[in-house]
Amino acid sequence: MRLDLRSFAVSAILLLLIAVVGAVSLSSGKFSIPPADVLRALLGGGDENIRMVVTEWRLPRLLLACLLGSALGLSGAIFQSLTRNPLGSPDIIGFSAGSYTGALMVILLFSGGYYQTAGGALAGGIVTATCVYLLAYRRGVQGFRLIVIGIGMSAMLGAFNAWMIRQADLPIAMSAAIWGGGSLNGLSFEQVLPVLAMLVFITPILAALSRPLRQLELGDDAATTSGVNATRLRLLLMILGVALTALATAAAGPISFISLAAPQIARRITRTAGVALIPSALMGALLLAVADWVAQHAFGVQLPVGVMTVSIGGFYFLWLLIREARR
Amino acid sequence: MTECKVNGPARLRVENATLRYDERIISQDLSVAIPDGSFTVIVGPNASGKSTLLRAMARVLAPSAGAVVLDGKALAQYQGKQLARTLGLLPQASIAPDGITVADLVARGRYPHQSLFRQWSCADEEAVEAALATTGTAGLSGRPVDELSGGQRQRVWVAMVLAQQTPILLLDEPTTFLDIAHQIELLDLCQDLNAKGRTVVAVLHDLNHACRYATHIIAMKDGTVVAEGAPKDVVTEKMVENVFGLPCLIIPDPVSDTPLIVPRGRG
Ligand SMILES: Nc1ncnc2c1ncn2[C@@H]1O[C@H](COP(=O)(O)OP(=O)(O)O)[C@@H](O)[C@H]1O
Ligand SMILES: [Mg+2]
Repeated sequence: MRLDLRSFAVSAILLLLIAVVGAVSLSSGKFSIPPADVLRALLGGGDENIRMVVTEWRLPRLLLACLLGSALGLSGAIFQSLTRNPLGSPDIIGFSAGSYTGALMVILLFSGGYYQTAGGALAGGIVTATCVYLLAYRRGVQGFRLIVIGIGMSAMLGAFNAWMIRQADLPIAMSAAIWGGGSLNGLSFEQVLPVLAMLVFITPILAALSRPLRQLELGDDAATTSGVNATRLRLLLMILGVALTALATAAAGPISFISLAAPQIARRITRTAGVALIPSALMGALLLAVADWVAQHAFGVQLPVGVMTVSIGGFYFLWLLIREARR
Repeated sequence: MTECKVNGPARLRVENATLRYDERIISQDLSVAIPDGSFTVIVGPNASGKSTLLRAMARVLAPSAGAVVLDGKALAQYQGKQLARTLGLLPQASIAPDGITVADLVARGRYPHQSLFRQWSCADEEAVEAALATTGTAGLSGRPVDELSGGQRQRVWVAMVLAQQTPILLLDEPTTFLDIAHQIELLDLCQDLNAKGRTVVAVLHDLNHACRYATHIIAMKDGTVVAEGAPKDVVTEKMVENVFGLPCLIIPDPVSDTPLIVPRGRG
């Protein structure tokens, strides 16, 4: 594609905003730290205590918010493009519910720790995605079938998840519910590294697939005759999209709305047709970083960021449904 | 083995192919050859398998038996972009991504000429401009495709296929949505492209257009080829009655001296 100046500018502005939000969240908290000290701490100087608060408590959380936010934004962009539908995002079509099911099983049946739960979420998301794919398969997979089957699957899994929590003993049910809230509380650099590694692995593949993905938006016939293997490409993209969502869910629990909204907002601002992967990723990072800051500081108590995104997401979803229904 | 009445070379051939959608067989043991440098027009009643044949020739639909062959090699053996630089298809239905502009859509026709490391080039720019100019859509280039009229949109899709710059063009009902003047304009354009050496294969509904523009006609019915050859030889009262179930009179076209079909109707 020709270099799109507007997308470029929007991406630059988003990066700037992320930096601003980052600076604010690094300096705000129980001890408020002036930006100059934050900068000094990041560069490895200044007071030792301040350095610890900034780099070991607050920075990993901010980094995770940005990394997971961009993973969710990318995943949403992929699925919305594949389904050609703004509702076709992984949290709507059941992958998040499936990840939660996987995590719940690990928590309830094996009382697993953080990494086991993450593994369970990963497995749950992938199994659900495979089921949805196979059920929707009819000489290739069409967007609308995928969404309808995904929503059905999501509802069934939601009921199953609720039932599992009711069956559990109270303390376990509590910890399961907390995980289900989706939160970045208590995460440290230990959790940043695997997420970063996965993203470093996935991003170049996705970059290479972004142009064929654009061709796919023209419909299968046109895409195929322009030299794209539509069925294979779609499968590959789904695997990447599921991996990205599962990654975020495994690390922080289900965080909805980001993958639904980030690509749409990015698209509206950049005014590009179809997907805009980089702006979607940056928008996702910005949204989650802001949501996490609000969840931490705005209400006097620390809320899980997932609760935050669910409530904003509710309004967004309503607006989207009304708009789609009017078309 | 069905007989192929084609004299001269044919790069693109369908050889004893079975074309089907799952259980539903559309064509069986179908053989067709597209004469090189021809303007081939496929005619036939609705649901006779014209689009299916075109899709098979563009490798959108893989034959379940037999093969479609280009330059002696089955399409299945070609690498995607390599084939896309030889064969272009205007599908019967395409989707324009929400909000895409005309210039951007046409630019996507350049995909097979690009790679990760060779993205947008002068050749791409020129091809897009030429495609916009020949289809008369240059003035629309900044407009969103979803705000165009059906006829304008159809010309934009044609422009996208032209930007692909393939020596063989497969066009499925390129004249739908166009008013009569634009239909003729588009067919003239196809004729020009053909005169400049491209092989053009088009599905057309209007038999008179087919007769006037085609150098080679393929008439289909129920998934089989019932007649093929030059319009004068193929289009007869008997053939039209047989294929379309339409009693008619055929007179020489006063403009081009090709067959002109006049339906008898109930008149
Ligand atoms: N995607 C599809 N799935 C199943 N059947 C199809 C599909 N596309 C076309 N058909 C069937 O194949 C037959 C031939 O269709 P087509 O090749 O589109 O006819 P034409 O282009 O001559 O009108 C029709 O009976 C149609 O219903
Ligand atoms: Mg057709």
